[in-house]
Amino acid sequence: MKKELVSGLPKLWAHNPAERLECPGCQYPLITRIVYDVIDELGVEGKTILVNSSACGYGIVLTTSVDAMFPNHGQGIDVATGVKRLLPDCFIISFGGDGDVAAIGAGAFVNAAQRAEKYSMIMVNNGHFAMTGGQLAPTTLMGQVTTTSPEGRGPAMGYPARMPEMIATVQGTAYSARGAANNPANFLKTKKYVKKAFQKQIDNVGFSFVEFLSACPTGWHMTPQESIKWVEEKMIPTLPLGEFKDVDTLD
Amino acid sequence: MGERLFVIGNEAIGWGALNAGCDAYMGYPITPQNETTEWFAKEFPKRGKVFVQSQSEVGSINIVFGAASTGHRVMTSTSGPGWGLMQEGMSHLANGELPCVISLVQRGGPGAGTTRHGQMDYLSATRGGGNGGYKNIVLTPASVQETHDFVQLAFYLADKYRNPVIVMTDGLLGQMAEPLELRKLDFGSLPEKDWAVRGRANQPDGVRRVVTAMQGLMPTPPHPPYAGFLDLLKVLNEKYETMKEAEARYDTYMIEDADLIIVAYGYTARVSKESLKIARKDGLKVGMIRLQAVWPFPYEIITEMASKGCRFLVVEDSLGQLLEDVRIGVQGKTGVHLLGALARHDPSDGGMILPDSVLTEIYRLME
Repeated sequence: MKKELVSGLPKLWAHNPAERLECPGCQYPLITRIVYDVIDELGVEGKTILVNSSACGYGIVLTTSVDAMFPNHGQGIDVATGVKRLLPDCFIISFGGDGDVAAIGAGAFVNAAQRAEKYSMIMVNNGHFAMTGGQLAPTTLMGQVTTTSPEGRGPAMGYPARMPEMIATVQGTAYSARGAANNPANFLKTKKYVKKAFQKQIDNVGFSFVEFLSACPTGWHMTPQESIKWVEEKMIPTLPLGEFKDVDTLD
Repeated sequence: MGERLFVIGNEAIGWGALNAGCDAYMGYPITPQNETTEWFAKEFPKRGKVFVQSQSEVGSINIVFGAASTGHRVMTSTSGPGWGLMQEGMSHLANGELPCVISLVQRGGPGAGTTRHGQMDYLSATRGGGNGGYKNIVLTPASVQETHDFVQLAFYLADKYRNPVIVMTDGLLGQMAEPLELRKLDFGSLPEKDWAVRGRANQPDGVRRVVTAMQGLMPTPPHPPYAGFLDLLKVLNEKYETMKEAEARYDTYMIEDADLIIVAYGYTARVSKESLKIARKDGLKVGMIRLQAVWPFPYEIITEMASKGCRFLVVEDSLGQLLEDVRIGVQGKTGVHLLGALARHDPSDGGMILPDSVLTEIYRLME
């Protein structure tokens, strides 16, 4: 079996003081390193433009050595559309949180897929609005306590959004999957999802999307170990891991 | 002499953009500017240029943000409620210092108001309808030819100042057909867009670029250069002050000996000129200042004429927005009167301020 490097910094991780921006136990750096590694492996670093619009995800703009953009919250989806349309030969990644994609940018998200925009979208789902202090998000689990669902999310607040399943129903979507990094096996599986998604862009097939379940010990008021357990016991049963669409042509 | 066409104002926006070397257009359908969106849909793809029909005006303005970040010339167009939706994006374009052009074909409001003409977005266009107190040049053509020419000027000014520029017409100018001479205007040289994202391998110095609407908040080396929020404010302030000094534009007509000066822009300036000519034949000393840009505003000429004792008549199809700027310029020295939307000739949304109404008001004020 081929051994893969799972420690040390990826090549694209620029060494600057901004490396440790995330809270202890945050899993954003794991998806960040997957993204960096896959960019490197696909050999597209020089033509990559990374668009981030999630608040907690700003580390990905600060730590990398590639061209990057940081538009307004929720607007990284439309902004990536603008960049990709003008620079079709460049490699565009839009990096958002669950607030970006499932809440404020949901309309843009669905329509980017409907227009079959040829870029790749990553949504990091930590189940709430972390940067603003832990409010309910569309992705918040039933019963989950947040600052705006103090008694836990009940049916009066609706049900958790399942974005990869939803976007898989759109014809313009070439690839849709959900991954996690609660253990090394899932980390490596998620990396495969990301690589497939990025390859769809390189092959100019259509919109490609990967959701990443991300533990947030600070926002969830847990230890890092407890937060991983929460991902396994609460998130994954509601938001199952796997691929929901994988096509080579949209017709 | 360039090729001559007979087109409406909304199409002249497209021809102007083409002559400015515009690379991409994003838009969402809204009346009364649909002919602009349709023009780009027809004319841009066949020329290898980008046309995107967005899912909303929020989408349009943010796709513009992305497209402008690549250093290309890009624009969108809208009207009424769509203009409202673009405000957040306008504020972020100003923060990110991204050049682009927004065509605003005014209709009436508030709310859905009317799908036809109006001049009711003056304040939101000139004061920065979005958050944070940004400024942008607002050009106000009054003919099909001027619309075409000002779109080219707008692209030049946007690149010059790295700031969005608005070309503001109205439903009447947009729907009105006039002869148009296609001509490419040359405004001089511009700085390289060395800040644009294009992939690090394509950057001449091999150093990555960061384009962000978080300037002042997020330190993202090596671009942009602002270490802190105050550094950003200083740079923006200097830019806005330079625009105020250099970019006020207006046309005067018979103001030298005038006792009453009409101030207007767009369709009401066209209407007012008709009335003025008739009043002059009757020996009434009426003049006009026609604004070709409403931000920056030429307060000096208003103050100068007010100091000579001139009174002012503002003719605008609203309840009084331009009126506020004229009052600032007059500084209480003389009287400022408004002939506004209540003087429309018809109670339906097709009502407009006609030369007859302006003439009656001139006679009333000069009796």
